[in-house]
Amino acid sequence: MSLLGEPELTEEGEFVINIGPQHPSTHGVLHLKVWLDGETIKKIQPHLGYIHRSIEKMSESLSYRNFIYATSRMDYLSAHINNQACALTVEKGLQIEAPPRAQAIRILMAELTRLSSHQLWWGCTGLDLGAVTPFFYAFRERELIMEIMEETCGARLTQNYSVPGGVMYDVHPNFQNRVKDVMKQVKSRFREYEEALTGNVIFEQRTKGVGYLSAEDAISFGCTGPTARASGVSCDIRKWFPYDGYDKLQFDEIIMTGGDSYTRYMVRMEEMKQSVAIIEQLIDNIPEGDFQAKTKMVIKLPKGEFYQRVETARGELGVYIVSDGAASPYRIKYRSPNFSNLSALSHMATGAKIGDLVAIMATIDLVIPDVDR
Amino acid sequence: MALFLTISFSSIATGIHTWLAGTMQNEMLVKITEMAIAGISLLLFLVPLCFFLGYMERKVAAFMQIRLGPNRVGPKGSLQIVADTIKLLLKEGLTPTASDKFLFNLAPMIVVVTSMLVMAPIAFAKDFQIWDLSIGVLYVSSVSSIAVIGILMAGWSSYNKYSLLGAMRSGAQIVSYELSVGLSLISIVILTGSLRMSDIVMSQENGWWIFKGHIPVLISFVIFVIASTAEINRAPFDLAEAEQELTAGFHTEYSGMKFAMFLLAEYINLFVVSAIGATLFLGGWMPFHIGHWEAFNHIMDFIPSSLWFFGKTFAIIFIIMQFRWTFPRLRVDQLLTLEWKYLLPISMVNVLFVTVMAIMGWHF
Repeated sequence: MSLLGEPELTEEGEFVINIGPQHPSTHGVLHLKVWLDGETIKKIQPHLGYIHRSIEKMSESLSYRNFIYATSRMDYLSAHINNQACALTVEKGLQIEAPPRAQAIRILMAELTRLSSHQLWWGCTGLDLGAVTPFFYAFRERELIMEIMEETCGARLTQNYSVPGGVMYDVHPNFQNRVKDVMKQVKSRFREYEEALTGNVIFEQRTKGVGYLSAEDAISFGCTGPTARASGVSCDIRKWFPYDGYDKLQFDEIIMTGGDSYTRYMVRMEEMKQSVAIIEQLIDNIPEGDFQAKTKMVIKLPKGEFYQRVETARGELGVYIVSDGAASPYRIKYRSPNFSNLSALSHMATGAKIGDLVAIMATIDLVIPDVDR
Repeated sequence: MALFLTISFSSIATGIHTWLAGTMQNEMLVKITEMAIAGISLLLFLVPLCFFLGYMERKVAAFMQIRLGPNRVGPKGSLQIVADTIKLLLKEGLTPTASDKFLFNLAPMIVVVTSMLVMAPIAFAKDFQIWDLSIGVLYVSSVSSIAVIGILMAGWSSYNKYSLLGAMRSGAQIVSYELSVGLSLISIVILTGSLRMSDIVMSQENGWWIFKGHIPVLISFVIFVIASTAEINRAPFDLAEAEQELTAGFHTEYSGMKFAMFLLAEYINLFVVSAIGATLFLGGWMPFHIGHWEAFNHIMDFIPSSLWFFGKTFAIIFIIMQFRWTFPRLRVDQLLTLEWKYLLPISMVNVLFVTVMAIMGWHF
């Protein structure tokens, strides 16, 4: 389409607009080519590659200790969980297990990450639907969690805290008290969240029945995480393939069957409460002992293929390493949740309005750097 | 106090008129000069008003969003908006190459001029009115609908698909919601029996219509606030802009002062709509009077009439501002559903009730 030429008209009355790569509600450099009939969406074609940094290829020239840090930049809101997935894969290859203390710390950090990620998502959902205020309320609590991260990991967003064999340092002495304080505050604020957005008539109208995804479609598109669980698909990796001792914890897998944007919203709201429950179970029971297993200075995985899946805030992250016995992986592949979840977007949004597209994108909770990697 | 009562605004106006008539000897010239004076004083009033509204909006937003808002430039950040205006003035006003340049540059002016025109029949204080024409309410509702032409023009001439979508949304929205605004205004016209603004204010001498008119007037007031929020394209009805959907809607391509004009028009519209709501439903500059309680009414008269007017107007502005920071945005079909399926039928039935009430003399 030329800049100055006639607008591209594919059919009578059809109208093509490019949403992105710079657009307020794509939350990144996602480019959607949208065919419209008036306000109704006829077709969506996502165009990827605007933030492709070839993290997988980069990882092939990095050592097994170093490649983990690149993954913080994939799904930056689940940075710790990405690191954890990589550390677990390397541990699988080395046939070691992180000491119980390290496992507990990892789970605590992972759940804090999930909580903060969902809080950010909650604020952004409000923002996308035109309610600016929830964003600030979400960031108020998120900030508290970021401060915990900062204290223990030294970084707020890209923690890089997990290393093969455990975690990099022990937790800050203040960690337990601080987490308990923050959890108390976060729990008391769930009510505010519900008052601000959940019960709002306009919000319900905007999300109920919008962007329906059936269980069959969710499976066939490879959707995971809250997106699939809202369609009634049980896919919580923490339950199905427990890692780092999730099997010893009491928590529910939130499954709802609505399949629309509102259900996806509710699933995430409930997941936040589950994360708080997990943290509260664990915070007083962090086992004593080492925070890191002994590993060699230069890690070399034996020849073979290793795969580990974890549940990030957005779904299933799979790390697949092919090793030829050298000090860096021969081939790495990440199965990122956002890429698969994005593929269902066109199916969900066809026939909806432009406003619905924004609502659907918000409730899929896309993080674009994870789509492209 | 005596001084305050004797020098009313009307005597100032009469003084200026006699002086002009004495010096100029030409009736036409006097009229033109008076119009120019009125226009310039309106502009001088509007600029600080918009500064204040801009500042107020930010502070209201900050208050609702647990943050401080502007607090660096000037005392309590009050000069922030001046700094922003200077920035907008210095910015380059781009005109897209493929746009219809004439319409593109004309559109913001139409939007601003329309919103200023509507100011004419508003009574800011006792005897302080630019033009007390006999069809005041009709004038307001007809002139304010010209604004949609400016918005459509902006959207069409920008040569941008987002702008076009925003303009089309805005067209559908303003045309629809005008009906409800009109019907809610009509209920007061029925009760007053006059379209003249000064008559409407004077009819509320023994109580404002919102108290005198029972539930039907209360319903019209609520409908008026909702529908006029939609008519001036403010959240939750800001579909024409819809930042998250259409980046900036009809003014996506505007920059610099041309963009500022749309902003200016938005704030003037906000003020005008609230002023009209205050005049028709809350008595305009009329102090709070209760029936024949002479003593009470007399005490209330000590508060200057301009204070009453601005107090009421800003109360409505505050409510409309709170809407913006509370609600999510409606979808375009829900917006039209709200108007055509709920507000319009309700206000039609409501007008019937008001008419019956006016005929039977059930109101106070």
